[in-house]
Amino acid sequence: MSLRSPLGRVLGLGSAKGGAGHWYSQRVTAVALVILGCWFIASLALLGAGAPHAAVVAWLRSPFSAVMALLLVAVTAYHAQLGLQVVFEDYISDKGTRMVVLVALKFALVVAALIGVLAVLRIAFGAQA
Amino acid sequence: MSQFRLPENSRVQPGKSHAAPAGAKNLKTFRIYRFDPDSNQKPRVDTYEVDMDSCGPMVLDALIKIKNEVDSTLTFRRSCREGICGSCAMNIDGVNTLACTKAIGEIKGDAKIYPLPHLPVIKDLVPDLTNFYAQYASVKPWLQTRTPAPPDRERLQSKEDQEKIDRPSACILCACCSTSCPSYWWNSDRFLGPAALLAAYRWIIDTRDEATGERLDELEDPFRLYRCHTIMNCAEACPKDLNPSKAIAEIKKMIVERQH
Repeated sequence: MSLRSPLGRVLGLGSAKGGAGHWYSQRVTAVALVILGCWFIASLALLGAGAPHAAVVAWLRSPFSAVMALLLVAVTAYHAQLGLQVVFEDYISDKGTRMVVLVALKFALVVAALIGVLAVLRIAFGAQA
Repeated sequence: MSQFRLPENSRVQPGKSHAAPAGAKNLKTFRIYRFDPDSNQKPRVDTYEVDMDSCGPMVLDALIKIKNEVDSTLTFRRSCREGICGSCAMNIDGVNTLACTKAIGEIKGDAKIYPLPHLPVIKDLVPDLTNFYAQYASVKPWLQTRTPAPPDRERLQSKEDQEKIDRPSACILCACCSTSCPSYWWNSDRFLGPAALLAAYRWIIDTRDEATGERLDELEDPFRLYRCHTIMNCAEACPKDLNPSKAIAEIKKMIVERQH
């Protein structure tokens, strides 16, 4: 049992003086994903269902498509990390577990993002199909 | 790590039934949460049949009638009986509201009455609001200035500026909003909750206050402020029709605004 005053407990370690950047980034990346998502869906629609492999590769090799695809991968991973961090902070009350899970989350999404980036780059810089 | 059931001593048991006096025709059944810390028993739900022909229209009227005429051990907070003191906040028919302003006629079927959710229960419908009040105190809900007050009159404020704080000042600290908020349920040790944040907002936008920056500094915290995900349960629950959700969104906007 703690004899600390209720106000003392609420004040705790004080304000972290942070969190605004996280909140703002989550919204900015959401706007970016709307644009990138529309581009991606429109591009696939233009290629059409059953487009030949060569046509898809040729599309992704263009500098604009490649850059947009890289952005889509990177922004998706970043936005996912920001969003999942909020979910874990909400629902994991044990401090130690929360810290471990948040670090694991960052690692996992960096790996996922790099796999996606490498895949796009291989097509973009790869030999002509 | 995860707990999906209530702890053993919080599981609600079936309770006693109190039938209405013979001859009563217009009956309403109230199912009320009971917990007595001294009895060493688990909480239970007691059933009371109330003769509505001899009962006032509000839920608080029925509670007082039960306490006076049927079961004097029923414990609840009440004072003004007109929605201004905030004492009789409880969960009625699944919604946090004030017993004194909730009409019995609005409730379909049995009236289920529980204490405000996710707070320690002191007895029956009386929850422990210690942490809630400490959170209110933590936002320094008073005027902070550096300019000395004019010697001959009060600090002046335009009519338009007064109107900005008119609504947020109407909060009666009944805790209906904070205890309806899932973020507050999970993290009330660090998340200040809608009521305290609305109070903070009321002083942030007060044009006479000179501690706006310090107030925003204190709130800029992943847990104190940013646990709010704007699901608006608070605005839905507020018996005074206030909108803490919007106040919190405005605070977040101000914190971004000062960085750009």
